[in-house]
Order: sequence, then structure tokens, then C-alpha cells
Amino acid sequence: MTENAQSTQATASSENYAVIIRDMHKWYGEFHVLKDVNLNVTKGEKIVICGPSGSGKSTMIRCINALEEHQQGDIIVDGTELTNDLKNIDAVRSEVGMVFQHFNLFPHLTVMENCTLAPIWVRKTPKAEADSLAMEYLERVKIPDQANKYPGQLSGGQQQRVAIARSLCMRPRIMLFDEPTSALDPEMIKEVLDVMIELASEGITMLCVTHEMGFAKTVADRVIFMDGGEIIEENIPDEFFDNPQHDRTKLFLSQILNH
Amino acid sequence: MNEAIASQPQRNIVSRLWNDKETRSVIIQIIAFAAIFAFFFFMVRNAISNLESIGKDISLDFLSQPSSYDISQSLIEYSSRSTHFRAMIVGILNTLLVAVFGVILATLVGFLLGVLRLSKNWLTNKLAYVYIEYVRNVPVLLHILLLHGIIVHALPLPKNAINLGDTAFLTNRGFFIPSPSFEPLFWVVAGLFVAGIFFSIWFSRYAHKVQDATGRHYPVFWINLGAIIGIPVLAYFILGSPIIWEIPELKGFNYRGGMVVRPEFVALWIALSLYTAAFIGEIVRAGISAISWGQSEAAAALGLSRGRILNLVVIPQALRIIIPPLTSQYLNLTKNSSLAIAIGYMDIVATIGGVTLNQTGREMESMTIVLLLYLTFSLLISSFMNWYNKRIKLVER
Repeated sequence: MTENAQSTQATASSENYAVIIRDMHKWYGEFHVLKDVNLNVTKGEKIVICGPSGSGKSTMIRCINALEEHQQGDIIVDGTELTNDLKNIDAVRSEVGMVFQHFNLFPHLTVMENCTLAPIWVRKTPKAEADSLAMEYLERVKIPDQANKYPGQLSGGQQQRVAIARSLCMRPRIMLFDEPTSALDPEMIKEVLDVMIELASEGITMLCVTHEMGFAKTVADRVIFMDGGEIIEENIPDEFFDNPQHDRTKLFLSQILNH
Repeated sequence: MNEAIASQPQRNIVSRLWNDKETRSVIIQIIAFAAIFAFFFFMVRNAISNLESIGKDISLDFLSQPSSYDISQSLIEYSSRSTHFRAMIVGILNTLLVAVFGVILATLVGFLLGVLRLSKNWLTNKLAYVYIEYVRNVPVLLHILLLHGIIVHALPLPKNAINLGDTAFLTNRGFFIPSPSFEPLFWVVAGLFVAGIFFSIWFSRYAHKVQDATGRHYPVFWINLGAIIGIPVLAYFILGSPIIWEIPELKGFNYRGGMVVRPEFVALWIALSLYTAAFIGEIVRAGISAISWGQSEAAAALGLSRGRILNLVVIPQALRIIIPPLTSQYLNLTKNSSLAIAIGYMDIVATIGGVTLNQTGREMESMTIVLLLYLTFSLLISSFMNWYNKRIKLVER
């Protein structure tokens, strides 16, 4: 699988790929966070990214919607290359949904308003249409009854599901998840993962930074292991978990699976 | 042993009442109320008996007597033959004038400073920082005296006035500026201006409705700006500039005609505004930085533009934090305006609480009036700000 990804990269045509990352480097000042990252994500593919903390996995997916700037190499999202062009960046962001570890819902808006804000102001959707769209997605994440509450009145798991619905309201072709369950109490993790599993079955492209290995086994087409700013190993889940190639992968897996 | 415990509460009713949470709170309140009442009763009685012993009563008759002193700056007609009451009104208007202009300027400069403090540009950021730290750590009285000193001593006499294009003249007796007199056609312009305000209120609602219904966005800000400012300005020139400006002229030792802005007013106004602006700058900075970066990131990830992120996500949340401390800065500015007396600006303290008090010897009545006036202004400001705060809170929670 690793070799396969490497070889296709040279002939990558943007039509088949949702995301193409080519020879990408990123520095925070002197610190080299991402070193020569190459990754091609085909349309509809589900990718789980794992690795020890500080390995650059969050930074990498944040580069995909330009929340972080890369200094070297190319990132092409859905056929659009990320440059300094702000219009380009806004266009990419409206096609790429993102779910954050700490939800980042807007506390001054109701659940409904959180969901309709971007459709109304970015997509110029009429309010009634945006409302019914939001309701549709709130039903999908199973909290239509909370539509008129404020985020502060919801539990963590409910907030994260609202955040997913908020992203989906823009009808993104790609969804990025940045440790979506890490800030949740154990009993709430499942309700969020269930929503994500259901979403995965619908053909959307997903990149998910998570340590939920059960989730990885269920939905991932590919698991990527990062350490020290590099992609160390990538493979289909069965191979990845049963037959890790690299020592660092073995160490990491033994640490998170043996407790 | 058991009997002793059971019978104890019945034995001592006082201790039982005292140890009950609710009755104890009632008892404390009764004691506190009685103490406060006794204190004020004693104070008032003391004041009345002491005034009596030196042959004084309490009376407001002095307000209707002639004041027999002059006031350099007055918004209404006033002469030394006017009553003390009229002198007080002049003082009130002067206080309100400096407070209103001060609040406006302090808010504008303060918000600018707050934004500059957040700027990523090293130079602007540090300049704003140095300004804020210098200005807010020097007593406002010194700022007032310094500015007044600069205007009075550094500016030239009227005969050598700094001439701004033959229309305005800066001198140590004040800033002489043209005064307008309005021709009939001017009222067309004024009418258009008022109509523009009503139009923009209507248009904002209409644009909101259209957006809800069709999703279409109008450039509401620019259209309203055009209606309120653009059209009246255009009409002003089309109608042949229907305002005649009377330009001040040097006659003898001073300028005649036009309007004069007194040095005391300028010094007090600028000093109070710049001083308060330093505090407002910090409040604005704190309010905006209190909104976590995650909020902006989440909004950006949805594809919202930078301006929309500020307008729809950051500012509505920051205002909630900014408004309450902003209110106390407005109150401070209004109360600090009483330092006017240091440079002879005739505000409430300098008129009724100063010259009138000295001439009539009615210190009890004068100071009570001054106190009640400041209390009224402060309560009015804070109730308005509380109303505003509640309004933006309702939108949010």
C-alpha cells in the first residue's frame, strides 16, 4: 500500500483525488513540524491518522484547509491549489468541513443559527431553506429537539454532534476531523463515533485524526502513522494493526492498545 | 445525656433563633437597617442644630437671587444679572457638553487604540502600548493642567494667531472658527439628511427580509452611507452651498465674529478623552482577546471571510465583555470633568459648587445640589448602558 501510494503520486491527476499533498514542509519558526509529507487521498476514501502527540498529525490536516500555512510543496484540494490567494482559500474552506477537538461552536448563537450561519452568509441560501437544511442534518446527528437551545446548554457529545451538523450544512465534499472525541467523557464518545460511522457510509471523503482504534478498524480504508513530522507507515487497517512494519509503529500500537 | 441534648434548644430560645439560618439573616438585616437609620438621623439632626446655632436655616431662596458673576463660556444667554439658578444651568450644560464630547472622542480613540494593540505590526502595537502606559499612569489632573498650559502659553496672542487658511485662527484666547448661518435652502439638505436616516432604518430591515427570503445580500453599509451622507452632501453642492460662514476677523486686540472654542474647554475635553481612551483601549483589547482563537478558526473553516468573522462571530461576543467596564469609564469621565475647576472651566462644581457657594454661604444646599446632579447623570448613563447591555445579551443568550 505504501509503495502503491508513492508510485501513483507522480502521475496524480487532480480529477481522481480529493486531496493531493506533494513534498510538503512546514516550520514553526526554527522548528520543522512537517517533513516532506506526501499523501494522495482518492475521492470517497476514509483515512485515519494516528501517532504520538506532537507528531504533526493535527498540523497536517489543518494545512488542508489552510488554517495552517505550509512553506514548501503543494497542496491541491479538490482541484484547487492552496496559494496565498484569499479567495481561493475561502473557496476551498467552504468545500472542506472541519470538526475540532473543542467543538468551537458559537456560544452567542442557537444550535440552529450555528448551522445556518455559513449557508446564509457564504452560500447565500434563503433563510427558510437554510433552516430546513439545518434541521435535516440535526436529525441525522439525532438532536433535532435541541435546535433552539444555546451550545452552553448541551452536553459535550451533543455539542460535537452539532459541530458535525454545522459542517455538513455546507455540503462539503471532504470532512476533516481533528481529534473529535478527545475532549469528551467516555460515555459520550460512542454517540459521536456512531454519527461519524454513519457519515462514512455515505461516500464522503474523510480524514480523521483519532486514537479510537475501533473506529479505525470499522471505517478506515487506510491508516496513517505519523511521528516526528513524517509519515512513517500507511496501510489498510488489518495489516496496520496485525502486522506493523516499523519499530516506532509497533511501540506506539503497544502503548495505546495495551491498557 | 440524651435528655440534655433534647431539652437544650427549648431552654435557650435566643440561641436557637440565632443559629437558625433564616432568622439570623432577618435579625442581621433589622440591626443593619436600624444602624443606618440612626446614623442618618443623627447626621441630619446634627447638621440642622449646628446650622441653627450659627443662625442659618436651610433654604433654596438664594437660587432666585442675582448671581453677580460672569461666566466665560455659556451655551445659553447669561450675564452677571442672571440668577444663581441660571448660573447653575450654565454649569450643568457645560458639564454635559464636555462629558458628551468626551465620551464620543474617548470611545473613538479608545477603540482605535484597542485595535492597534492587537495589531501584529510591531511598531503600531508598541506605540499604542507606550501611549496607554504613559497616559493612564499619570493623574488626569496633570494632563489637564499640561494641555491648558500648552494652549495658554505656547499659542500666540490673537495678533500673531496661527492662521489656518484664513478661516480658523488658533490663539491663546481660544480657537476662533467660522460660524454658520443657514439659508432657507439649507433646510432641504437637513431634510434629506433626516430622510436618509429613516431610509436606512427601513432599508436595513428590508435587506434583512430579502436576505431571509431569497438569500440575496445587499451592500447595506454602503447604501446607507450614501443615503445618510452622500445624498445630502451632493444636494448641498447642487443647491449652491446654502450655508453662509461668518469668518472671524481681527478687530483691535481680539477676533470678532465666528465662534470661539475656549482654551479651558479644549484642554479639559482633550485631556479627559485621551486619558479615558487609554483605559478603553485596554478594555477593548481584553474583550477581543478573550474570544478564543478557536472561534475565528471555526468560522474560517466554514468559509466565512475575515470581515464576516469579525462582524458575525467575534464582535458580538466581545461586546458582551466590553460593555460593563466601558460603562464605568463613561461614568469616570463624567465625574472627572469636575476637575474643570483647576483651569477655570465653569462646570457644575465651579458655578453652583464654587462661586455661588462662596457668595451666598449656602454650602449645605449647594453641595447637596452638586451631589444630586452628579448622581443623576451617573444613574442615567449606567441605566442606558445597562439597557444596551441587556439588549445585546438577549440576542446572545
